[in-house]
Amino acid sequence: MSLTSLTAKELGKKIKEKEISVKEAVNDTLDAIEKKEDKVNSFVTVADKDALLKKAEEVQKKIGEGTLGGPLAGVPIAVKDNMCIKGLLTTCSSKILEGFVPSYTAEAVKNLEDAGAIVIGKTNMDEFAMGSTTETSAYGATKNPWNLDHVPGGSSGGSCSGVAAEECVCALGSDTGGSIRQPSAFCGVTGIKPTYGTVSRYGLIAYGSSLDQIGPVAKDVTDCALILETISSYDRKDSTSMKREGLDFTSALKDDVKGMKIGIPRDYFGEGLDGEVSQAVKGAAKVLEEKGAVLEEFDLGLVEYAIPAYYVIACAEASSNLARFDGVKYGYRVKEYEGLHNMYKKSRSEGFGTEVKRRIMLGSFVLSSGYYDAYYLKALRTKALIKKEFDKAFSKYDMILGPAAPSTAPKLGSSLDDPMKMYLGDIYTVSVNLAGLPGISLPCGMDKKGLPIGLQLIGDCFQEKNIIQAAYAYECTREYRHSPLSDVYQVGGRR
Amino acid sequence: MANQISDDTIEYVGILAKLELSPQEKERAKKDMEEMLDYIDKLNELDVSGVEPMSHVFPVNNVFREDIPTDIDGSKDALFNAPSVKNGGFEVPKTIG
Repeated sequence: MSLTSLTAKELGKKIKEKEISVKEAVNDTLDAIEKKEDKVNSFVTVADKDALLKKAEEVQKKIGEGTLGGPLAGVPIAVKDNMCIKGLLTTCSSKILEGFVPSYTAEAVKNLEDAGAIVIGKTNMDEFAMGSTTETSAYGATKNPWNLDHVPGGSSGGSCSGVAAEECVCALGSDTGGSIRQPSAFCGVTGIKPTYGTVSRYGLIAYGSSLDQIGPVAKDVTDCALILETISSYDRKDSTSMKREGLDFTSALKDDVKGMKIGIPRDYFGEGLDGEVSQAVKGAAKVLEEKGAVLEEFDLGLVEYAIPAYYVIACAEASSNLARFDGVKYGYRVKEYEGLHNMYKKSRSEGFGTEVKRRIMLGSFVLSSGYYDAYYLKALRTKALIKKEFDKAFSKYDMILGPAAPSTAPKLGSSLDDPMKMYLGDIYTVSVNLAGLPGISLPCGMDKKGLPIGLQLIGDCFQEKNIIQAAYAYECTREYRHSPLSDVYQVGGRR
Repeated sequence: MANQISDDTIEYVGILAKLELSPQEKERAKKDMEEMLDYIDKLNELDVSGVEPMSHVFPVNNVFREDIPTDIDGSKDALFNAPSVKNGGFEVPKTIG
């Protein structure tokens, strides 16, 4: 059995107890990647083996000296390719950043490295995190480990497929409108999008700055809590970083939901939701009820306005954020041009892919004079109303329960022709980003096609512990299902 | 389709976005944008009068630091990724005639 079939916590424990060395953990992970990468394409870049082994030695030494004793010391981790790491190719899965090697490391990654985790490589994603399928990557689509004809979801598709295929034990993703939660659901793994401002965005290549958050992807809730605890920090380098309490997320890993009030929005179970997904998510709610949680259906309101508001805001911010890619300071520059402006235009037009250009165009339009009030400000006002709806809900409930996505993973090639349809798939996730809330997605069943279904729990701002505790309690009732690309996969799917 | 994007508008947005689209891309962009805007117009059903636009969920202020000069030369790092470098600076096509 490959060590990548373990959880991060289990692997860290074996390293700590000297049952295995850090080098073995790194070598095993590299072997797993080499063996499976042809099939899934989870990675854009795998770190240099010699450099990794050198780092493994350093970490091993520190563990021996006792200067590194945390649960993630020596654990290899994959990082989504939109986080800068000093000396490691960072592309955002875009041609415009081909060959870009950052001179500094993202704060979240630095926190992991300080804890002794070893970055094994950079995972594939939708170009600039714009997409829900990981098909818009300039470096080829990623496949779903449960069925290679299906997408892994997106935009953190590589991080989720990497964990599900057991090429690595855990990963970092980023979530602007569901980009951790939706691919986690599609790949049968667990992912958390924390409260806005909990994890520093320093070194995260911005898409929609007011919505972006980095978060963990792993096999279980325990690993996610552990990683989130490690990457969360107040950071002066990110002006939206929050000084906040209650970052000891692992203290919430308790198998107890007695008396917890869970609101179930009727609007989340209406038209457009796949029947099998609905059934599985309702089944999970029932399990929590049997364990003592108090369920209540309610009307959340404004659900259908979240997607239009989200796309206006996200695209507006993207059009501004992506103005920095101009062929001057880094990345792709076209070979032939006439003058400065032509160089900008041609470099950007050749460097960006279709979906990125589509969103930059829309964003530029809604911010242009004459349309700014009608679209951009209107979306920001809608956002305020959506936040109010959630405030109302959280005055009554400890958390909200619903699906992570309206269906299981679609087939490769079936989404990009109809972008509107793809955008509508974000219905259960985008409002969480608009309101800055934490959300977790975890497996709650399989459909008849053998594809995983994801349960989403949404908490009030700063209340990650509520959703972690409920998710953990639910997880305690079931076993982890290893994907067909796992060494320990069994038909029927139990460990 | 309610929203009509004219050739002039696509041209203008292209200038704002610093993108040069091929004739086919322009047609596709028009169609995509019209479709998106039709959908976004759903927001018009909402009465948002008197609602303050919310750019950030939490009250956040800019973070300032003391402006202390230091002697670190980061130019090598900064220029490392540049497509074209000249005399320790980013090289760009001639900008002033």
